[in-house]
Amino acid sequence: MTAKSLWGVLAQYETPAAVFHACEKVRDEGYQQWDSCAPFPVHGLEKAMGVKPSKLPWAVLIVGVLGSSLMLFFQTWAMGNAYPFVVGGKPLFSLPAFVPIWYEITVLSSCVTAFLANWIMNGLPQPYHPAFASKAFERVTDDKFFIMIEATDPKFDLEKTTALLKSSGATMVEELEP
Amino acid sequence: MSHAIEKPKDITIPAGSLWAKLPMLGGGAAVIGLGATLAASFGEGRARAMFSYLFAFEAVLAVALGALGWVLIDHTVRASWSTVIKRIAETVAVTLPVFVLLWVPIGTIGFHDLYPWTHEADAVLDRKRWFLSNGFFFGRAALYFVIWSFLSWTLYRTSVKQDTASEGELKGLTHRLWRLSAPGIILYALSQSFQAIDWLMSLQPHWYSTMFGVYYFAASILAFYAFMVLASMGLQRAGVMKTAITTEHFHDMGKFLYGYTVFWAYIAFSQFMLIWYANLPEETVFYMVRNTGGWHYVSYALPVLHFFVPFFFFLSRHVKRNRVALACGAVWTLVMHCVDLYWLVLPNYGTHGEGAHEAVLSVGWTDVAALVGMAGAFLAVFGYFLTKNKVVGINDPRLPESLAHENY
Repeated sequence: MTAKSLWGVLAQYETPAAVFHACEKVRDEGYQQWDSCAPFPVHGLEKAMGVKPSKLPWAVLIVGVLGSSLMLFFQTWAMGNAYPFVVGGKPLFSLPAFVPIWYEITVLSSCVTAFLANWIMNGLPQPYHPAFASKAFERVTDDKFFIMIEATDPKFDLEKTTALLKSSGATMVEELEP
Repeated sequence: MSHAIEKPKDITIPAGSLWAKLPMLGGGAAVIGLGATLAASFGEGRARAMFSYLFAFEAVLAVALGALGWVLIDHTVRASWSTVIKRIAETVAVTLPVFVLLWVPIGTIGFHDLYPWTHEADAVLDRKRWFLSNGFFFGRAALYFVIWSFLSWTLYRTSVKQDTASEGELKGLTHRLWRLSAPGIILYALSQSFQAIDWLMSLQPHWYSTMFGVYYFAASILAFYAFMVLASMGLQRAGVMKTAITTEHFHDMGKFLYGYTVFWAYIAFSQFMLIWYANLPEETVFYMVRNTGGWHYVSYALPVLHFFVPFFFFLSRHVKRNRVALACGAVWTLVMHCVDLYWLVLPNYGTHGEGAHEAVLSVGWTDVAALVGMAGAFLAVFGYFLTKNKVVGINDPRLPESLAHENY
């Protein structure tokens, strides 16, 4: 048993309600390094798991404000200093003319940040995951629900964790290799 | 994991609450405010008083029109989050028939003073005469009121009928609301755009902007959401639907309030930028008038106070979920809405006809009196219908879904 390296344990549940209540139990036990998987969004699952509010909005806000200010600066500099050019008799610094691009860059930098930060924060792309080795896990996209707890979790103890998952209504618990 | 939530029982206005007294209080304010404004319209200050009256009329009409538009859209998209507050919006919209009476002074006492095309003539106006002529103008006004009264009254009556309908009738009534709403949106969009063109844009008959109809729509739906937030909170304070309207519903109203703040700015800027860029005299006249005599302060303040300040204020999710902050934002939006409408109407005072001068910003007592009176008249009718029936469509098939609504 000890010779075999262990990534964590995988538990299978039959219904969204079962996995929901199991998540609450795992959360209340104080586990940190764990996740749950379902074939469709189970409403309120993030609360049952005790997931903290995402930091994504902060990344979007900071890069959005930064991109927005840089663009306004760039337009002012390009139109007023680097290549002064009078268009339609308007002043060199014509804020109304800058607004459409200013606005677009704000939206663009925010959207791209939201997209990329989402990938980075979720550890994507992830071509391989230990759970893929499990035959049972294939049904995660069909009709089964799963919880996996990683061995690196400070509270992880193979026997206790397995017992916890079984007592929370798991119909199957198996060990995963890395 | 939501479980079936019990339907609320606190769904009627308690006798003796401020809401039950609203018809009396609002009626009193209407008599004093509008009475004073109309009294001021006899004699020297007639034009000034009627400009105040038109400003107040359009500012308050915006709330009722916004409500009608929202209810129509709500039915058409089969929204379920909002069912718990939909009756309140229907009650706001059902005040629309009363605006017929409120409009009468604009079409009679103030008609000549407000609209220069009634007595001026030049090459441009002659070409517009087929549209800006007395008969057609009054005919259109009548048509708008028929459309609004029909839509708002039918929506309200059908919704109230649902309260006592049997299981079998309920489906038919719900489907009737849906069937009415989709074509209703077309009638609504056209009538509210053209009323803005007729009653506001033709104050400067040489000027035109294809954005103006949607500008008024943006202002009106924004004012409606702000009013809705405050009305929901006010009702809860009076002990109505204390638990039924949750933070989730307020969060969603806050999102719309925020979204339409951006929409208003988008539309306002789209109108401004094209005119600024093309720089054609018949278009720039709108901004020229608002660029003198103190009005330029308002013109510069609007984008800052009506867009940038609320934009950053409402940005956070925590603000939209906090009642005190949301209420502050709603009050701010309503105040800025009045400033916006004031800025649309009042610069035209005194810039046409005999003794014409440059527009000068000077707030008069009739502005305040007319606004108080108009809001009073609106609130009186609103309070009357709110007290008369249940505050929520208790049998609406989507109510359970709405009660359990949650933002994920």
